[in-house]
Amino acid sequence: MLEIRNLACTRGDHLLFSDLSFSLSAGELLQVQGENGKGKTSLLRTLCGFIVPAAGEIRWRGQNIGELDEEYYAEMVYLGHLNALKDELNALENLHISAGLAGWAVDDRQAIAALRHMGLRGRETLPVKVLSQGQRRRVALARLLVCNAPLWILDEPLTALDVGAVGLMQELIGEHLAKDGMVIFTTHQPLEVAGVELRRLTLA
Amino acid sequence: MAINWFKYSAPATFYELAGKLVPWFAWPSALLFAIGVYIGFFVAPTDAVQGEAYRIIFIHVPSSILSMFLYLIMAGYAALGLIFNTRLSSMMASALAPTGALFAFISLWTGALWGKPMWGAWWVWDARLTSELILLFLYLGFIALHASIDDPRRADRASALLAIVGSVNVPIIYFSVKWWNTLHQGSTVKFTGTSMHVAMQQAMFSVLAACWLYAIAVTLARVRSIILERERNTQWVAELPEARS
Amino acid sequence: MNKLSLFGLLRLVIGRDLMLAMRRRADVLTTLIFFVMVVSLFPLGVGPELDMLRKMAPGVVWVAALLSSMLSLGRMFSADYLDGTLEQMLLAPQSLSVLVLGKILAHWMLSGLPLVLMAPVLGLQFDMPVQALWVLIASLLLGTPVLSMIGAVGAALTLGLRGGGVLVSLLVLPLCIPVLIFGTGAVEAVSSGMSAVSHLSLLGALLLLALVLTPWVTAQALRISME
Repeated sequence: MLEIRNLACTRGDHLLFSDLSFSLSAGELLQVQGENGKGKTSLLRTLCGFIVPAAGEIRWRGQNIGELDEEYYAEMVYLGHLNALKDELNALENLHISAGLAGWAVDDRQAIAALRHMGLRGRETLPVKVLSQGQRRRVALARLLVCNAPLWILDEPLTALDVGAVGLMQELIGEHLAKDGMVIFTTHQPLEVAGVELRRLTLA
Repeated sequence: MAINWFKYSAPATFYELAGKLVPWFAWPSALLFAIGVYIGFFVAPTDAVQGEAYRIIFIHVPSSILSMFLYLIMAGYAALGLIFNTRLSSMMASALAPTGALFAFISLWTGALWGKPMWGAWWVWDARLTSELILLFLYLGFIALHASIDDPRRADRASALLAIVGSVNVPIIYFSVKWWNTLHQGSTVKFTGTSMHVAMQQAMFSVLAACWLYAIAVTLARVRSIILERERNTQWVAELPEARS
Repeated sequence: MNKLSLFGLLRLVIGRDLMLAMRRRADVLTTLIFFVMVVSLFPLGVGPELDMLRKMAPGVVWVAALLSSMLSLGRMFSADYLDGTLEQMLLAPQSLSVLVLGKILAHWMLSGLPLVLMAPVLGLQFDMPVQALWVLIASLLLGTPVLSMIGAVGAALTLGLRGGGVLVSLLVLPLCIPVLIFGTGAVEAVSSGMSAVSHLSLLGALLLLALVLTPWVTAQALRISME
C-alpha cells in the first residue's frame, strides 16, 4: 500500500539519509529507529508531504503522493511532536476541530466516547490549558479514534504518557492493525503489540 | 551519490563559464560608459529649455529602464526556480536583486538632482518617481525576505513567490499611481521632446548598453560567490584552485 | 463519522477563529484602539483647522486602517504554526486554498470589519460630510478584505522568522498601495463633487482579483514555510 523508493532527504546542506526503500502493507507495524538527529522526524514529515524529497518517491496505492494530494490525506492521520490543541478551547471543542480538519464531521456523542476511551472522563469540557501534559497528549490521541483513516503516522506518540496510557495505546494500535490498518511510528520507549510482528527500520 | 552529482553539476559548470564571461561584459561596459558619458557631457548640445541640467538624463533614464527590466528578469528567474526546482535560476534571482535595487536607487537619486533645478524641489510626487520608489521598496522586500530565512531552499522559494506576486502587482501599482497623479494634477516628467539631437541619442544608447553589460557582469560575478557559498561542502569546490590556495 | 464537506470545512475554520477571538477579546480590541488612536493623533499633529482636516480625513483614515491591519497580521497563522494546528491544516483532505480563505475571512471579520464600523465615528471627528462618510464606508468595505488577503501572503511567507512582524509590513505595504490610492480617491472624488463609481469599481476589481489569486498563493507560501 505504502511504498518508499530510493528516498533521500536533506536539511540545509546536510544529507540525512539516502537510498531508503521500504514498503508497508495492511496490518503492518513499523518502528523507525535511530539516534537523535538521524532524520526520524524528517522521514515522517516527508511521508506527510511537508518536505519534498531530495530524491526518490513515495507511493500510496501505486500512485505518487504528490499527485494524489488530497486523496492521500483523506486516508492518513499524522500526530507530530506538537499536539495541535488550543489552550483556550476545551477538550471536546479541540477534538471537533481536529477531526474536522482531518475531514470528519463528528457529533458530540462520538467525541465524548472517544475522550472517555482515552481516560478523560470528567475532563471533556475543561479548557485544555488546565490539563496536564499527559492529558493533553491523550486529547490529541483521541483524534485517532474519530478519524477513519487506514494509515497512522505517529511521531513519539508515547511522550508524557503514563503506564496506563501506554497500555491503552498498544491496545489501540493492535485494534487498528487488526482492521487492516497500518502504523508507522517513532518512539524511545518500548512498545509491544500482542500478536503483531514489529518491523524496525533503523536510520544510521 | 549519483543523485547529488547530477544536482550539483549545473552550478559547477556555470561557475566556470560565468568566470570566463565576466571580463567580456565588464570591459565593454566600462568602454561604452566612458564613450556615452563623454558624448553626453561634451558633444551633445545644451538643451534650449532645460539648460545643462538635462544632461543627468543620460544616467537617469538608463537606470530607470534597467531597474524595471531587472525586476521582471528577476521574477522570471525566480519563477523558473520555483516551478522547475532549478537551483541555478534561484541563485540568479538573488544575484540580480541588489543590482536592480541599486539602479532603482540611482534613478531616484538622479531624479531628485534633476528635480531641484527644474521644479525647485528635491522631490516632486511625480507618477514615475513614485512608481520608482515603490519598485525600490519591492526590491528591498525581496532582499530582506531572502536575508531573514536561514535555510537557503526555503529562502529561494519564499522570495520567488514574493517576486511573482510583486510582478503581478507592478502594472497595477503603476496604473494606480498614474491615475492618482493625474487626479492631483501633478507635473509629469517628459523627457522625450519633439526632436532629440543625434548626439543625445548616441549618448543615451551607449550608456544604456553600458548599464546592461554592467548588470550582466556584476550579476555573473555575484552568482559565482553565491554558488561558492552554497556549495562550499561539495567536492568540486574543494578541488578549485582558488579554494585550495 | 461522516465526511465533512468543503463548505463545512470553511464554516469550521471561520467558526473556530471567531470562537478563539471571543476567548481572548483583548487582541481584537487592541487593533481597534490602535486605529482610533492613530487617527486621533493627526489633528494633534497638524492642528485643528477644520478645512484642512476635512481634506485630510480620507487619507488619514485609510493609512491608519492599513497600519492597523498590519498590526494584526502576525496573529493570522503564527499561533496555529506554534501549536501544530497548521500541520494538521496542511494535511486536511480538502483544498488548502479554501481553508486559507476561511482564515482570511475570519481575520477580516476580526480586524477589518471593526475598522469599517468605527470609521464613520472617526470621520465625524474630521467633520466629514455625510455623503463622503458613506463613500468612505463603502471603500473600506471593499478595500479592507483586500488588505487581509495581501497580508495573508506576507504573513505566510514570514512564518516563524525572526523579526517577522516588521518584515511582514515591509513586504505587504508596497503591495497595498493601489488599495490605498483607490480607497482615498473614492472619497476625494465625492468631496469634490464627482462620482466615486469608477474608484469603487476599481476597488471591486482588485477585490475580485485578490479573491481569486491570494488564497492559492498563500497556500503555496504556507507549504514553503512549513518545509
